This record gives sequence, C-alpha cells and structure tokens, in this order.
Amino acid sequence: MSLIEEIDYGTPAGTSEKMITLTIDGNEVTVPEGTSIMRASMEAGIKVPKLCATDMVDAFGSCRLCLVEIEGRNGTPASCTTPAMEGLIVRTQTQRLKDIRKGVMELYISDHPLDCLTCAANGDCELQDMAGAVGLRDVRYGYEGDNHVFAKAGGVANDRWLPKDESNPYFTYDPSKCIVCSLCVRACEEVQGTYALTIEGRGFNSRVASGAHDNFIDSECVSCGACVQACPTATLTEKSVIEIGQPEHSKVTTCAYCGVGCSFKAEMRGEELVRMVPWKDGKANRGHSCVKGRFAYGYSTHKDRILNPMIREKISDPWREVTWDEAYKHVANEFRRIQYQFGRNSIGGITSSRCTNEETYLVQKLVRAGFGNNNVDTCARVCHSPTGYGLRQTFGTSAGTQDFDSVEHTDVVMIIGANPTDGHPVFASRLKKRLRKGAKLIIVDPRRIDLVRTPHVEASYHLPLRPGTNVAVVTSMAHVIVTEGLFDEKFIRERCDWDEFQDWAAFVSSPEHSPEAIEQISGVSPQLLREAARLFATGGNGSIYYGLGVTEHSQGSTTVMAIANLAMATGNIGRKGVGVNPLRGQNNVQGSCDMGSFPHELPGYRHISDESTRDIFDKLWGIKLQDEPGLRIPNMLDAAVDGTFKGIYIQGEDILQSDPDTKHVAAGLAAMECVVVHDLFLNETANYAHVFLPGSTFLEKDGTFTNAERRINRVRKVMSPKNGYADWEVTQNLAKTMGLNWNYTHPSEIMDEVALTTPSFAGVSFDLLDREGSVQWPCNEKAPLGTPVMHIESFARGKGKFIRTEYVATDERTGPRFPLLLTTGRILSQYNVGAQTRRTDNVIWHEEDRLEIHPHDAEQRGIRDGDWVKVTSRSGETTLRALITDRVSTGVVYTTFHHPTTQANVITTDFSDWATNCPEYKVTAVQVGASNGPSDWQLKYDEQARRSRRIAPVLDAAE
Amino acid sequence: MDSKSHKTTADKLVYMANQIAMFFHTQPKDEAVAGVADHINHFWEPRMRAQLFTILDQDDNGLDPLVIEAAKQIRKPGPVPA
Repeated sequence: MSLIEEIDYGTPAGTSEKMITLTIDGNEVTVPEGTSIMRASMEAGIKVPKLCATDMVDAFGSCRLCLVEIEGRNGTPASCTTPAMEGLIVRTQTQRLKDIRKGVMELYISDHPLDCLTCAANGDCELQDMAGAVGLRDVRYGYEGDNHVFAKAGGVANDRWLPKDESNPYFTYDPSKCIVCSLCVRACEEVQGTYALTIEGRGFNSRVASGAHDNFIDSECVSCGACVQACPTATLTEKSVIEIGQPEHSKVTTCAYCGVGCSFKAEMRGEELVRMVPWKDGKANRGHSCVKGRFAYGYSTHKDRILNPMIREKISDPWREVTWDEAYKHVANEFRRIQYQFGRNSIGGITSSRCTNEETYLVQKLVRAGFGNNNVDTCARVCHSPTGYGLRQTFGTSAGTQDFDSVEHTDVVMIIGANPTDGHPVFASRLKKRLRKGAKLIIVDPRRIDLVRTPHVEASYHLPLRPGTNVAVVTSMAHVIVTEGLFDEKFIRERCDWDEFQDWAAFVSSPEHSPEAIEQISGVSPQLLREAARLFATGGNGSIYYGLGVTEHSQGSTTVMAIANLAMATGNIGRKGVGVNPLRGQNNVQGSCDMGSFPHELPGYRHISDESTRDIFDKLWGIKLQDEPGLRIPNMLDAAVDGTFKGIYIQGEDILQSDPDTKHVAAGLAAMECVVVHDLFLNETANYAHVFLPGSTFLEKDGTFTNAERRINRVRKVMSPKNGYADWEVTQNLAKTMGLNWNYTHPSEIMDEVALTTPSFAGVSFDLLDREGSVQWPCNEKAPLGTPVMHIESFARGKGKFIRTEYVATDERTGPRFPLLLTTGRILSQYNVGAQTRRTDNVIWHEEDRLEIHPHDAEQRGIRDGDWVKVTSRSGETTLRALITDRVSTGVVYTTFHHPTTQANVITTDFSDWATNCPEYKVTAVQVGASNGPSDWQLKYDEQARRSRRIAPVLDAAE
Repeated sequence: MDSKSHKTTADKLVYMANQIAMFFHTQPKDEAVAGVADHINHFWEPRMRAQLFTILDQDDNGLDPLVIEAAKQIRKPGPVPA
C-alpha cells in the first residue's frame, strides 16, 4: 500500500480536436491546440517548477517560477499562460531561467517562516519542493526586514502579521505562511463557484481574506475544501493533518452522503483516517468535494456508535448486550415463530440506500429466499419511487439519462424542485461552472433557492409556483411549446409514437392548460411561464434536473411523466448536454432500486410476475419465489396496525424519523412483535426495536455504490469494522442462522451473482471496476464499458411514450384553520435525518431546524425572528424557532428535517403519490402561531426516546 | 405513544384506488379500465387486493366507478403458500 499521488498537469486539459506538435527540451510532444506549454511539458514528463498553477483552475501567471525560453521569442514567458503552438522549440532549463527562479524563490522564502520541521505541511509542501527544485541554498536578504512572519519586530507589534484563523472546525488559515499565489481564491471561484475569498490589499500588503475580512466561519465560505486542496503551503491546512501528521497510504473510495457519489482518496495512517481528498479521476466529481464528503466523517468513530448486539423482550425494557450468536438465534427464532403463528407473509425487510449494492442485494435475497415472501422495500419509496415509475412508463428505464459530465454541454438548464447548492453541492459547482460560461437557467421552485441569484449566476427565469402545482406548470410549458409550434417534429416522428404524440399534443393544447388559465392554480405569471418555455424549447441543448420537490407529491409520478414529455417534445434526449436527470438523495438510492429492493421487482427492474425472471432466481437459489408483489413500507405499517404484519428487519434506515405521519409509523412499529434494527446508532426507529444489530460505516467494508448517473463506484475498506463485521456479513450470518446455505467470502462474489442474474449488470465485476474506475449501467455485451448517455438511437422501451398529464389538486388543501402551505428541504451542512452529520462538527452551521416564514405572514401572527412557534397541521403539531425571510412567498412556510427533536414528520400527512405511495412531504397545510416551547408530543417523545435507549449495565460474573 | 392513525386501512385503500382511477380517467378511454386493473395487479400485495374485494362487496363503498369497472380484471389473490 502506498499513497496515491495524482499528477498535476498545472493547467486544465485542452479540448480542441486539432493536435499540434512542439519540441520541449529536445522531446517532440503532441497535444491538443490550446494546451499550455506547462501542461505539454508535464505530458512529456518534464516538471516545470510552479507555485501558482494547478490543473483544477485556469492559469494565472503570478508566481514567475514556471518561466521558459522559446526559440525566436524575446524574454522568458510563463509556461502556464503561454499556449503551445505548432513547431515551437522550448527550453525549460537554461542558466538564465535558473538564475531567475532562484531569485524568485529567495524572495518568497525571505518572507516565510523557517519552521519546516514542525510545520503541518512538512512532506507535502510545494514551496519546500520548489526551494529544493531550484537549488536555493541561501537567502541573502535575511529575515529582519519588513515581513508577515513575526508577531513582533524589534519588540514592537508587527502590523503586517495576522493571527491564525481557526474558526472553521475543519481547517486553519495561517496568514504568515501565505505566498499570495491566489490558488485558494481561484479554487473558490472556478471550482466551487462561491467567491468567498479574495486578495485584499496591494503589493506587499496583499493578503488572502474570507469575505469582507471576516473569520472563515463568518464569511460566505461553504467549507468545501477546494482552497485547502489547492494551497501549496501550510497556509490552509486540515486540522486533522495538524493533529495526526501526513498520511502514508491511501485508497480510492466513494462518499456515502448524497447521490452525486464523489470519489475520494481516503488518506490513512495505519487504520486512522487522516483526511478525505477528492479524487481528480472521479468521474462524478472531477476532483471536487463538499463539506460533508470532505470533512464530515467523524461520525464513524463517534462515541454514540453501538458496537455490541443487544436484545430486549419489550420496548419498555432496557437493552441487554448479547453475543452475535445469541442475537442471530433470537431473530431467527422470533421470525420463524411469527411466520408459524401469523403466516409466511407476516414479516418483511427494508434495505438501505446507505449500504452497498451487495448488502442491499443480500437483504432482498434474505426476504425473498429466507422469509419466502416479497415484503421488501427501501427508502426510495419515500423519495424517488415516482422517478422509477414515471421514467419506466415513458422511456422504459427507471433511471436518469445522462452522466454528470453532460452538464458541460448543456445550453439551457431547467431545475425543478431541487436545490443543488444545498442538496447536491458538487453537481451544483459543476453546473455553476457551465452557467458562468453562458448556459441559461430556468428555476421552477416555490422558494428562492440560492441558484436564483448567486455570484456570477442569475437565473433567466424563476417560476415561484405554489407547492403542489408542478403538473399544472410543466404541462402548461408543454402547452406553449406545442401551440407555438416549438416542438421537434423530426425527433418525435423518428423516436416516439406519433399517434400518442398527437393525442398528447391535443391534450396539452386545450385552453385550460394555457399559462393564463393555470395562473390561478399556480400563482406563476403567464408571461414568465411563456418566456421560460420558449427559452427551453429554442435555446439549444436543454436539460432538466429535478429533485424531491417533483416526486414527493400526490402527483409525483405524473410530474415525472410531464418532464419526460417535455424532454421528448423538444428533442432533448439521447445525446450529451440534454436529458432528464433526477438528482438522487442518498448515496446508493439508485443502487438499492437496481438491486431489487422494491416488493414488485427483482434485480434489474423485472416484475415479480414475470415467470422467466423468477425462474432464473428459483434455479439459482433453489426455492420457489412467490409471484405476487409484496408490501410497500406504508402498506407494511398499515398491515401492522391491522395485526397481519408482525416482524421486520430494517437495515440502515430510520423510518420513524424519515417517514411521514410519525404517529402512524410509531403505532405500526409498536404493534409488531419483533423489530430488528441494524444501524450505526440507536436511531429513532430503534426506540421501537427488540433487537439491535450494530452496523458498519462505508470506511469499514468493500462494495459498490451506484450514484444518480447510474455510475457504479467502488467502496473500499480502509479500516476494520469497529463492530466486528461488515453489514453484508451480518445479513449473511442471520441468513445462515435461518437455515440458508450462503457462503460469500467477499462482496465481489455477490456482485458476480448480480451480473449472472441481471442483464443490465452482465458485464459488471470488481475486476472491471478496479480497471476502469467506474462504469454506468447498462454494462453488458452491447456496452462493455457501460452507458454514459441512454436512449441514443432508440428508447429502452422502443418508441418514447407521450402520456397525458392532467393536473389534479392534492386533497391537502389550505383553509381557514390551516391557511399556510408547509414545504420541506435540506441544508448543505446536514444530511437527511442527520444521524451522521449531527455527530460531526457540521452542527456548527445548523444546530436546529428553523421555520422560514415570510415577513408579512410573520407580522400578521406577531412572530419575531427567533421566536418559538407552534406549527399545526391536520396530523399533529410541533414547535421550532422562526426565521423570517422573503425567500419563501407569502402563504408558504419551509423547514428542514435534520433534527429528531423538530419532529417535522409529526405534521406531514399520509397523502401519497397515486402510483407509488411516495409520501407527499412537500405540501402540508398548516397554521403557525406563537408558542411557549416544545409541544406535549415532543416532551412525551423525548421521554420515551430517553427511556428506550437505556442499556443495562453488564453484571460481573463473580457477583 | 399509543396514538392510533386517524384513518383505517380500508379508508386508505379506497383513497388509493380512487387516486389511481383519477389518473386513468384522464387517459384515453380504452386504456383506462385496463390501466387501473394493471396498476393494482402490479403493485398491490394480495392482502390489499383481498381487502379491496371485501370493500367492493359493500354498497356505498366510496369507490370510483372506474375502480368498480376495473375490478373484473383485478386478480383474485390465491392462498398464501405455507
């Protein structure tokens, strides 16, 4: 094992197809036109000294170290800013260049501390490397002169000196070590797109500053880590490196937070994680990261982790630690007893979208082959199940159509019901990069998300619709496109069913779908809607990105179909820069769906009623699969309340906190006789569990995650599981105890079984992934290296299907008692129910969920900023503190759901998507009023949670 | 923590079936009946369908006429294998 060192080519890769050849130090080098001389040199293996260049950002030409000589040209141009040209003859090392470089380095070092031995960057410092490279042996100027290094000069305070800024929990800024190369400023601008950093002052006074001379924590900084990664010295350094030291080996792995699926190098010292550094060859993130993946991994070693299995008779009892064997036997006995008593279909399981594909596959296999039923579901039920259904109906595949690179080729982006800068930050940075280069942006969202207007990015149109009216608005855009003749007839005739198109075109053209008519429903200005539709249809490559603001509605599946219709009608399918792109919530929510986690589908989205598919598994597993769909999560809970569903194995999901209508979830769980929770922590669901099986983190196991672009990425074990076993081993041991003959020795064998049984995964193996880095399914004989863009020549289902999408108002309506609409979302620093991020220093950015309310609505109710308010819906009530802002329109309130004490889901209702039962989180009619503090429910809940987390002390055997 | 849900499972099933019917009402007429039946056959677990048939047997069951029409094409659940 060794540290993975990535080559830094100094400037970004040239994209021209025209190749040119030049000579550098006697070597002929052929590169795309537009490539810098620095990069061309590196490609020939010649490292030109540099301090202010890296291939993540554009050349800047400030450090004056990378100078070269070019035959026939005067002077010594900087190789980073000088493009390579046909026939140039370049020299990178001459006496003149050597003298200049040594002189430049001498100046740098004359204003830099000489504490190399005790410096955190020792061994990983480009300044140190360059001093060595140019042969610096002496600094003639001494260190007594004007400087930024010493707090005092000659007993007097040195005004130029600035103290360390340690305000960010994850990295420090030490101005005394800064060489003003501007790499951090440019990384913040070009890679992250936040523009939080600047150089303040001029000449020798120049210094890096965050915001208007704020501390990092008080500035606009989003803590993505791009500046720290770019810094060539110890000026910006991870606190973990300061504390532990330099890493000695690393492995490439995949982040376990959102559906972007960023690749990271986990840099280690022994089994201790020193830092996570984004991997440049990661095809989802291209070397970028966000605060969660880069820094928020501390939960993996948090003291709250449960490391021993536990059982209890009743949920009111304290937990009792037991051996793994005892736990497995207890579960197996209980499940068999329940099935004997209440029937084969009285138990089920939930797979985790946070676990690996291999682990998910095993849980559904345990349910189907071990429990002998199809009662398996996954948390995609509550997020993107409408995506699966809608895209399957229209295109034939339950997944997004593009890769993330596609955004670099788009001309018009429409974002519906997603907030990428908070929910999918690395994708947002890649999108912003494209927008700064001129692509246009349309945002359809009830709330003014950051992308509506943020430094150097402004949406052409923001359609602030009323929550719950997506179908009306998207169908109305189709109305404009069809009635104004802006559709792509050639594409539609070639690729779609023309009769279905005509039926749909007639449907959308009817006057009740005109923007003028739907304004009453949606509140969107007809003029804006018309202009946005025209821009999308005529602006070049049009792409649609959407999130849970689309799916989590009564008409979630209908909106997905409406989006697919729009993409087909405008010919925006089947090439780079276009497509329908669901932004998936969790790291492996795509994968968990692919692996057969739904009760009606076997791996690869094949319906359980299909005999030939069942036959494959019947033969391989030596069983007889039931041909009927099983229960979905909400149906399981209903059946539990009815007394026909009594036992459940839940891997890595917290349904009590994440699922709607908390009281109903609690009632369902309380009605069961054996609830098994397999998780890292005693989560909220565990309050109702009888057995707790400790889980392992993504750092502790091998496997794969599949991200939102269908990309199968490797997860690599970098440390031993603290609980002793990877999650796939726990499931396997449980299966064995239940009498199944499973003998997987490594997750790769599980993936081999997936490949063997599932045509879209036929070519996937760990060997292939190790070789290629990652592949996007389908990956099989037809596409041996995977499929970046889908539906290129024809749709997966043959002809694309246009489907009528009539707007039907949700039954969750406002009225005199509940006049406001509550919608929910998330924030950058926290993730989902917060089980992980709340156990990291990320809490510094978001200690509590707040209720965003418009100043007008707040004033009417006498609510001031920061006041405790009571939010009441038809389902229940909760309290939290108000945040007064005009980001929400009047009539709309908004909150996040990262903290269990908020109990946001006590107020969400049991309304759900008509096709998939995906809950309608995004629309709840509420009233908001002043409050004195927590609600009765919150107090009762806290007490119950506290009691149910008690663990009995282990008795000494001698007593 | 003994709170009961405010709706019975039967209420929910009627509501869900009607939601499905609502979508297919807007589709071409000849596809609507088969559409409702297919959807329920594809996604409803046998005990849910069994409950639906019980509801169908009641007068004033609150079901959308399209669901009632589709019922002929909804599969009767067989016995659960032991």
